Amino acid sequence: MSEIITTDVLVIGAGLAGERAAISAAAEGNEVLILSLVPPRRSHSCAAQGGMQAALGNCAKGEGDSEELHWLDTVKGSDWGCDQEVARIFADNAPIAMREMAHFGVPWTRVKGGPADYFIKGKKVTLEEPREKEGLIMHRDFGGVSRWRTCYTADGTGHTVLYTMDNMVVQLGIKVHDRMEAISLIHDGTRCLGAVVRCLRTGVLKSYLAKATVIASGGFGRVYKYSTNAIINQGTGQSIALDTGIVPLGNMEAVQFHPTGIVPTDILVTEGCRGDGGLLLDVDEYRFMPDYEPDKQELASRDVVSRRMTEHIAKGKGVPSPDGEHLWLDLRHLGEQHLRTKLREVYDICMYFLGVNPIKELVPVRPTQHYSMGGIRVNKDGHAYGLEGLWSVGESACWDMHGMNRLGGNSLAETVVAGKFCGQRMGQWASQQPLALDTKMAADAVVVQQNRINALLGDGLGKANENVDALHDAMRETLQAKVGIFRKGGELEEAVDTLRDLYQRAQNLKLRSSTKGANPEVALALRLPGMIKLGLCVAKGALLRTESRGGHSREDYPERNDKEWLKRTLARWPEGAAEPDISYEPVGLLESPPGQRGYGGATNISMEQSVGKYNDNVKQEWIKQGWHETATPLGAELKEMVEYASTKES
Amino acid sequence: MARQLTFRIFRYDPADPDSKPGFVDYPLEETPRLNLFVALHRIREQQAPDLQFDFVCRAGVCGSCGMMINGRPTLGCRTLTAELPTTITLAPMPSFKLIGDLSVDTGTWFRGMNERVESWIHTQKEFDPTAEEERMDNETAEKIYELDRCIECGCCVAGCGTANIREDFLGATALNRIGRFMLDPRDERDSEDWFELVSTDEGVFGCMGLMGCDDVCPKELPLLEVFAYMRRRMTQVATGQAKPDAGTSQPVIS
Repeated sequence: MSEIITTDVLVIGAGLAGERAAISAAAEGNEVLILSLVPPRRSHSCAAQGGMQAALGNCAKGEGDSEELHWLDTVKGSDWGCDQEVARIFADNAPIAMREMAHFGVPWTRVKGGPADYFIKGKKVTLEEPREKEGLIMHRDFGGVSRWRTCYTADGTGHTVLYTMDNMVVQLGIKVHDRMEAISLIHDGTRCLGAVVRCLRTGVLKSYLAKATVIASGGFGRVYKYSTNAIINQGTGQSIALDTGIVPLGNMEAVQFHPTGIVPTDILVTEGCRGDGGLLLDVDEYRFMPDYEPDKQELASRDVVSRRMTEHIAKGKGVPSPDGEHLWLDLRHLGEQHLRTKLREVYDICMYFLGVNPIKELVPVRPTQHYSMGGIRVNKDGHAYGLEGLWSVGESACWDMHGMNRLGGNSLAETVVAGKFCGQRMGQWASQQPLALDTKMAADAVVVQQNRINALLGDGLGKANENVDALHDAMRETLQAKVGIFRKGGELEEAVDTLRDLYQRAQNLKLRSSTKGANPEVALALRLPGMIKLGLCVAKGALLRTESRGGHSREDYPERNDKEWLKRTLARWPEGAAEPDISYEPVGLLESPPGQRGYGGATNISMEQSVGKYNDNVKQEWIKQGWHETATPLGAELKEMVEYASTKES
Repeated sequence: MARQLTFRIFRYDPADPDSKPGFVDYPLEETPRLNLFVALHRIREQQAPDLQFDFVCRAGVCGSCGMMINGRPTLGCRTLTAELPTTITLAPMPSFKLIGDLSVDTGTWFRGMNERVESWIHTQKEFDPTAEEERMDNETAEKIYELDRCIECGCCVAGCGTANIREDFLGATALNRIGRFMLDPRDERDSEDWFELVSTDEGVFGCMGLMGCDDVCPKELPLLEVFAYMRRRMTQVATGQAKPDAGTSQPVIS
């Protein structure tokens, strides 16, 4: 029998969300073990450059900031698609989480009192930074915000926060098993008991049994051909949750394209470039964004800027290149000092990967897949729908503070806020649970996976004539071409058909290698069917959502439709099915009724139902979908909903 | 006319008793702006599906892809083939346990390093969620960040004469990490604590002074200055010339 490892809490993923949740769970007295595809500090969190939003209001342009304003910016950014209570939890806890990271050791960039020069909306201005705030955490501007509130460490924020977090993990003696991949969840239909895990050093399978299993495996951007994501962001965590047939994935069609991926290579340069005054130019080196967005200009939300860039290229204003059309990011006016300190990683990336010196030259950029708003649907504590004992935090989860579009700097902040908040709820829950040691179930689950691997390494799967790389490429090209920034019904239908066919073909994989140990072809072959399933959830969700909201933009349905579509898509994959089952639930209790974002220029079809009636249905609809009772009553964290929480809870 | 490149790649699978270590040649046509991330994936897709190597961010920030490229440790992702001759020899970094082919176990090594140097803020203070953050002047924050930029790629260890002959040597990455915490006013460790940690043959006095680390660091960390500063500081502590805690809250490394 294969090895069985037990722990109180099993965390899958050692990026910021997973590690922060692990620290919280350990503080509740649990033994915690983290699995990671790579050494923890290589996790994709390390690549985040720009910063983390928190309403500390320490600098001149942050004056008057509050959790309230941060919450409202987040709700607008989400195009009213988010769970507003979760956005409250986030905005209220973000300042504490940032200060705690300072206490843990993050070398945040700090306020320097006195006059300071900035570029705002294309003009050089001098502001007086408050001397009484000297030495507190500094902020920079970001898209879709009403105040400067992005806390940052130059442009290495993710790096410094991840290193600080992993330092805490080392200090607390939390075990990390790296180069380990969870390839299926062990469950009995109602309760999650742990995971079957493949060692990426040796190829050997083990099972890990735990009271609580937490998926914190990041996004799935690598289902697209061009993505800023690290190559490990293949949605392994979302896949194993979907494979249960029970746990739904929320809003998978909500995919974010970041305005500034560099061309070629698709590496991200931070929104901080525009936050610090960088401009977008077209083929004539003309600054076009103020024509489309007179108020926010380059700093509208990412969905809006990416659409405007795509529209402008479609008007013939793109810059032709062998790697396709692009636009320019102009950072030259920021000067050498700024680019070699506050935007140093950006400078390095441009120099090393493009041979472009951003001090003197324009940087070629275009909108590139960047973030997955969708993911494992959880309640406000992070507990996954349908399976007790399964939790999820960070990008892999649909918690859902981002709705159909997330603001820059909100997801990196989410990792530490959700990790801390949900990690504590999960840790408290786990500490009250017995450890269910069903070794038979674990052994059976390992056998299922071992049989898959044996088949791949033997004669192949099924009719066994399909090449892993060819199907992988076809999947990524389909999503890229047909489920992109602007979507149309016909193309989405074609994408669903193609992906359905690819999924069938992926049942017949034939490997070219037969190496038994850490064979990378086996790793990809094991992941591929799950990636195609995620792609189908994106494409089918996008096809059925006949409106435009946030990052989901339909050319054939250009309005945001609050009458029909103030909903979250839920995708489940029943065992043996050829495509996902799609159903819907209300987005959550409304404190702010849907309104105008103030950017993006879209028209809306209004809600017909009253907010009161809408809110009355939320809880019962959620329970039908597998929602678990939360530690505090539904609505308890909403400012205006106190009465609701106390009177409507049963 | 595109160049025909030959990748001479070290192949060995320690888990397979039949595997023999050696170099295997893979031909590949050069394309514009080809880097080793793209080249190695092409070789894996077209010629060697079981070839092991490590990339994660492919943007020069995660530190996964340290490897010996024509004998020099550096990051594969941001190395362009245009900068190299037509024969490109790739080998795994020494000093780390081999996983297979170009893949080495930096994760276990760095976790051990972080435990040895106690790479965290040592403080008696409890976090107070109701208080504003402790203030720090921005110059100090910038100096800490300068050393905090290490990406644990392992190139400095692979390029270190001492680390290649003695397994217990801390290496430049560890001494840089200690330097980072010495600069941090939040860390309450004093001169005696630092002395205990680094003033040994495994620490700062084991360095032979070849400074290969400084030559190869992809993040251009000021390792030369870190070593010089630490040796001087520790000698002052040993000879009683250092004021108690002198320098721990002062930005000394420029």
